[in-house]
Amino acid sequence: MVKEISFLLFQILLVVTCCGFAAYLISFISPKKGLKNVARTLLFVSWILQTLYIVSRYYLAGYTPITTHHEAVFFFAWSMTTAYLSFRWRHTVKNFGMFVSGLVLVLLLVAAFSPREIIPLEPALQSGWLPIHAGFSLLAYAFLGLAFCGGLMYLLQERELKSKRLGYFFSRLPSLEALDQLMTYCLALGFSFLCLGMITGIIWSKQAWGTYWRWQPKEVMTLIIWFVYLIQVHQRFTVGWRGRRAAMMALVGFGIVIVTLWRVVA
Amino acid sequence: MAEKTISLLGVNHKTTPLAIREKMALTTGYEEPLRALGKIPACHELYLLSTCNRVEVLYVSEHGADPLEAVAQFLFGGTISVEEREQYLYRYHDTDAVKHLFEVAASLDSMVVGESQILGQIKEAYRYATEVGTTGPILNRLLHKAFSVAKRVRSETGIGSSAVSISYAAVQLAKKIFGELNEKQVLLIGAGEMAELAAEHLVGQGVGGVVVANRTLSRAVDLAKRFNGTSCVLEEVLSQLEAVDIIISSTGSSELLIRSEDVKPLMRARKNRPLFFIDIAVPRDLDPELNKIDDVFLYDIDDLSQVVEMNKAEREKEAVKAKRIVEEESLKFARWQQNLTITPTITAMRRKAEDICQQELEKTLSRLSVDEQDRQKIEKMAQAIAAKLLHDPMVYLKTESCKNNDDAKVDMIRSIYGLGNEDSGGN
Repeated sequence: MVKEISFLLFQILLVVTCCGFAAYLISFISPKKGLKNVARTLLFVSWILQTLYIVSRYYLAGYTPITTHHEAVFFFAWSMTTAYLSFRWRHTVKNFGMFVSGLVLVLLLVAAFSPREIIPLEPALQSGWLPIHAGFSLLAYAFLGLAFCGGLMYLLQERELKSKRLGYFFSRLPSLEALDQLMTYCLALGFSFLCLGMITGIIWSKQAWGTYWRWQPKEVMTLIIWFVYLIQVHQRFTVGWRGRRAAMMALVGFGIVIVTLWRVVA
Repeated sequence: MAEKTISLLGVNHKTTPLAIREKMALTTGYEEPLRALGKIPACHELYLLSTCNRVEVLYVSEHGADPLEAVAQFLFGGTISVEEREQYLYRYHDTDAVKHLFEVAASLDSMVVGESQILGQIKEAYRYATEVGTTGPILNRLLHKAFSVAKRVRSETGIGSSAVSISYAAVQLAKKIFGELNEKQVLLIGAGEMAELAAEHLVGQGVGGVVVANRTLSRAVDLAKRFNGTSCVLEEVLSQLEAVDIIISSTGSSELLIRSEDVKPLMRARKNRPLFFIDIAVPRDLDPELNKIDDVFLYDIDDLSQVVEMNKAEREKEAVKAKRIVEEESLKFARWQQNLTITPTITAMRRKAEDICQQELEKTLSRLSVDEQDRQKIEKMAQAIAAKLLHDPMVYLKTESCKNNDDAKVDMIRSIYGLGNEDSGGN
């Protein structure tokens, strides 16, 4: 019974997210006030459904569902939605929702196409640290994903301003300053969560395998990501790296995150 | 009863040179001319608008008794000949007049299309007209409708968002770079008229401060005083670049004032905060290579003109939308005005009474068990009650009272009986 509900939940939330993105897209192309509210509501409904889906999987598996490919990617999408909604609650950045909901939709589609069966977890890995570690890491990636969207928007807007051909994006995207602030905010939060994810991961590793660090490909990649973002954070807060270069770095960093998730997790 | 005609006559910046408009601008305020115009017997309702770009009179008169001559005579006084007057004056009647008023209110007829000042001016003019008591039911509704049309145009089209001028374009760009401008510093190099205008616009947007640099310091000091800023000599410009964000340059210098090599090292000290250079000098003051530095944006006069052209094109598209809204609303108004006579009002009252009778009878009779005869009696009774209730208001409508008040009477009856026009929601 729960299994069917869980399956149904996933299909519905996929449709809802799809509609939400479509509404964002249409209001991006031809700005109308009402539609944006619809889009926001749809995304919020999608978030509720996503949460319920995770709960249903928890119920089915008996542990935090964050270990298979499907689960990890889904949890990623959920944290991205959460991060966006929490961000939106404090600041509004024009048309940011269109980019974020697009990314969330892509992640959900990836999750939809990967096998959904529940694979029992090795007893060794079952530990209270697992959900904490994975939760922090994926939340970190979510905020870095928001920074990625911000960076993408920044580059689009900057290119129009530099080339002096104020075309499609000029009026539709927010100011460079707003986007830069968004990136700073998301980078700071994302990096903090990343550090927490690393620390909890190390503790978990000690518990599961008896050693803090095993030089697994996953660990190496995570270390690289950590360094890439460490440089960004350092440069931004000391030298004042910002603008185009920072936006590029946000893109590169998130690229590595995606590759890591793709190749190593699961 | 004779039908009412709405007429509008006036002059604006398109038809009439400033020299003529100056002579008619009403220097004594609104009240006096309104009173004088109110004395023209054929004008039932009246409203007068006078701004630096237009003088317009809107009045309601009996069909066939057009006081146009008298109004025109008053507007121009004796300053110019009748032939000359005809050349400048435009006049509209009924739907055309309504449409024109809506267009003016929505700033489609303004010198800078989309500017928002005109709506405030119309509101003020209307306030005077109501205070003096020259407006009536038709103009009250018409003016309120004009306000809501202007609001609709503003919210449904982008016409207000792309006013067109070089300085506006500069502000628009600055906002896309810096977001909020209220903590930004502006450096004005040289004191040309256009640079001043751009600076004025930026100050109007609330920039944090202005620094003026000029070859002759005294001129810089004068200008700085106007913007409540500071001044410096031309040689200090480079050292200023560390602190300012927006630079407007317009000197007559024949060589480049700021070079790319000068700015590059500065960016580190600025912690890469963006710089926005606006070069309105010909020949140029600023190195075109500046634009290649990260976080530095350089626009020269040609680039800005290009932005202005783009805004114009965008605005024309929006103006088409706005015109459609105006068209729609003036048709609605015409329909309302048509109903504002006695016959359709009586018909509408009767229809409403009949509808209510029918509804209530159905409700009651379905719950009673009566035979056909009783049923007819009850129906008759209901109709008789309704007819008797309507009798007095109808008599009131038909009495030959002071003719000017017909519209007011009809309007009152219509609002008492809730016979408002079904199509427009608003008042």
